[in-house]
Amino acid sequence: MIAFVLQRLIQSIAIVIAMSIIVFVGVTVVGNPVDMLISPEVSQADRERIIRSFGLDLPIHQQYFVFALSVLRGEFGQSFVFGESAIKLIVQRMPATLELATTALLISIIIGLPLGVRAGLKPDSIASRLTMSFSILGFSLPTFWIGIMLMMLFAVVLGWLPATGRGPTVLFLGVEVSFLTWDGLRHLILPATTLALLKVSLVIRLARAGTLEVVHQDYIRTARAKGLKNDRIVFVHVLKNIMIPIVTIIGLEFGQLIAFSIVTETIFSWPGMGKLIVDSIRMLDRPIIVAYLMIIVVLITGINFIVDIIYAILDPRIRHEATK
Amino acid sequence: MTMDDGETPILQVRGLRTYFETDLGVGKAVDDVSFTLRRGQIIGLVGESGSGKSVTGQSLIGLVDRPGRIVGGEILFKGRDMAKLAPEELRRLRGDRISIIFQDPMTTLNPVLSIGTQLIETVLAHYPSVTPQKARERARDMLGKMGIPNPEERLDAYPHQYSGGMRQRVAIAMALINDPECVIADEPTTALDVTIQSQIAHEVKDLCRNAGTALIWITHDLGLVAALADDICVMYAGRIVERGRVEDVLGKPLHPYTRGLMDAVPSRNKRGVRLSQIPGSMPPLLALPGGCAFHPRCWRADQSDCRVSPPEESPREDGGALRCHHPLEDSIVMAR
Ligand SMILES: Nc1ncnc2c1ncn2[C@@H]1O[C@H](COP(=O)(O)OP(=O)(O)O)[C@@H](O)[C@H]1O
Ligand code: SF4
Ligand SMILES: [Mg+2]
Repeated sequence: MIAFVLQRLIQSIAIVIAMSIIVFVGVTVVGNPVDMLISPEVSQADRERIIRSFGLDLPIHQQYFVFALSVLRGEFGQSFVFGESAIKLIVQRMPATLELATTALLISIIIGLPLGVRAGLKPDSIASRLTMSFSILGFSLPTFWIGIMLMMLFAVVLGWLPATGRGPTVLFLGVEVSFLTWDGLRHLILPATTLALLKVSLVIRLARAGTLEVVHQDYIRTARAKGLKNDRIVFVHVLKNIMIPIVTIIGLEFGQLIAFSIVTETIFSWPGMGKLIVDSIRMLDRPIIVAYLMIIVVLITGINFIVDIIYAILDPRIRHEATK
Repeated sequence: MTMDDGETPILQVRGLRTYFETDLGVGKAVDDVSFTLRRGQIIGLVGESGSGKSVTGQSLIGLVDRPGRIVGGEILFKGRDMAKLAPEELRRLRGDRISIIFQDPMTTLNPVLSIGTQLIETVLAHYPSVTPQKARERARDMLGKMGIPNPEERLDAYPHQYSGGMRQRVAIAMALINDPECVIADEPTTALDVTIQSQIAHEVKDLCRNAGTALIWITHDLGLVAALADDICVMYAGRIVERGRVEDVLGKPLHPYTRGLMDAVPSRNKRGVRLSQIPGSMPPLLALPGGCAFHPRCWRADQSDCRVSPPEESPREDGGALRCHHPLEDSIVMAR
C-alpha cells in the first residue's frame, strides 16, 4: 500500500509539473506579455527596463524556472486590478467555492446514491421509472437555466430564500464557512442545489447501472444462498462493488465542480473563485489568471490522488496489483 | 408426522416443475421431477449439459434465476414444503440447514470482501449471538478441514489471491460451515484440473459421510457418480429418465439414454474399443420434440408411442424407476 501511495504521489507531481509548463507556455509564449504589459507610448529605454525587470529578456527555459520557483513560493505577483497579492486574493475566495462544491457533491451523493441503487434493485417499479425520468431532465437542462428558475421561484416569487450572496460566515477550523449559521445556510441552498442537480442525475445513473450489473453476478447469488439478510447483501455486497466506479467519477466531478462553479457563482453572485476568475479574465488580470490555473491544477491533481487511494482501499485487487 | 424422527427423509421432491416463461414460449427446464434424499445419503444427478440439473438444484433452495419460476410440485425439506415458505423462513434454512456449492469458483466469491469476512458472515447470518471471535475460529477450522494451508493467515486474503482449486475449497467450506443437513453440489469440480477434481470430490464425500450430511452431487461425469454416490438420477430434457441405486442402474441400465451415456465413458475394460457417443445433441428447451423427448436420438424409438406419448414413470425391479416405452430388458452387464 505504501509503495502504491508513493507511486501515485510521484505521478501526481509529474502531472503538476507538466501542467505548469502548459500554463506557462499558454500565458507567456502564446499571448505576448510584453504587448499586454507595456503601453505603446512608453519610451524605448523604459520599455527595455520593464522587460528586464519582468525577466522577459531571459531565454525561455530560464523564464520557466523563474516562473516555477515563484509558483513554488506561492508568488504570482500583484493583481493589476486589486493591487494585492494574486494568490492571497484567490485563497480568500477558495473557501466559498469549496464550500459550495462540497455541499453540491454531498447533496448529489445523499440523494443520488439511494435513488440509483433502488432503481437498480427494482428497475420496473414506478418509483424507479420516475427517478430515471427525473435524471434525464437533470441531464438535459442547462445549469444556468435551472439556476435562474430556482432563483425566480424560491427567491423572487415565494421569497423563501435569498437570491444572491453568501450571507454571514463564521470561522470554522480557521476557514470562513456559511453553513454553520442559519442565514448562511439559506444562502447556500439555491446555488448548491443548482450545482448539484446535474450531478444527482449522474450519480443516479451510475448507481443504477452498477447495481443492475452487480445483482446479476454469481457472488450475489452466493450471498443469497448463504442465507444473508437482504440489508447485508445490498449494503455490503452490492454497495462495496458499485462504489468503485462511483468514487472515481465523483472525484473527477468534484474537480469539475470547483473549476466550473463559474456559471453558478456568477448567477448567484457567490463570492468564490469562479466569480473572481470571470472578473479577472474580463480585466486581463494576468497574475490572478495564472495563480488560478495553477491552483486548479494542484487541486484537481490532489483530488485524483485521493480518489486513487480510496479506490485502492475499496478494491483489494488494485491494492495488491500495485504492491506486487 | 413428526419433524425429526430420523425416518422422515431430508428431502422429498414430488412432481417438481420449474418453467422459464419467456416471450418466445415456455421452457420446461424441470418437468415433473421426483426423488427422495434420505439422511446422510449421496445422490448423483447426471445428464448432458442443458438437461436441467442446475435448475433442479437451484429450485431446491429457491434460487431460480428469473424468468424461471417453480410452477408446480412439492419440495419437502424434513416434511416442510420449501416452495411455500415465506422468504424469511427460506432465508433461515439457506446456508444453514441446506446449502449449495456453485460451479464456477472464479465468480462465486465476492472480489472485494476478504475470505474471512465471507465465511464469518455466513455463520453470523444464522447465529447472531455467536461472537465474531468464535465465528472467526470456526471459519479458520473449516478452511483447515478443506486443506487450505495457513488458514489463520488466509482468512485475511481476498479471492484473487487464491487459485481456482483453493477458491472452490473456500466455497465448499462456506457451504459446510453451519453443519447443514443437505448440500447441493452443482458441478463444483468441473471447472478444475482433472487431478484436483477427484481429490476434492472425495474430500467432500468424506466430510459429508462423517457429518451425516446428505449430498446431491450434480455432474455429467458418470465415473464420478459411480465412485461417490449411493443413488443416481439420470436427467434428460427436464425429466429424470432413470433412477435407482448406483450399482443397480449402472450395473443394469434399462433406459437407452443411460446406456448411451455409459457407452460414452472411457473405461479400462473397453480400451481399444471405440467409444460411441449418443448421436445428435440435446434439443433447445423451446423446441423439445413431442412424445419422449429423447426419441430423435434413440435407436430403440418406434414410430408411434415414442413420438406421441411421453413415457410415464414405471418401476424397476430393484426399487428404481425409469421412463421408457421400450426398456433394455436384457442389456449386457457392464463391467466397471
Ligand atoms: N436464466 C435462464 N433463462 C432461460 N432459460 C434458462 C435459464 N437458465 C436455464 N435455462 C434453461 O434451462 C435448461 C436447463 O439448464 P441447466 O439446468 O442449467 O442445465 P444443466 O445444469 O443440466 O446443464 C437449459 O436448456 C436452459 O435453456
Ligand atoms: S421411450 Fe422410446 S424414444 Fe424414449 S427412450 Fe424409450 S425407446 Fe427411446
Ligand atoms: Mg449446470
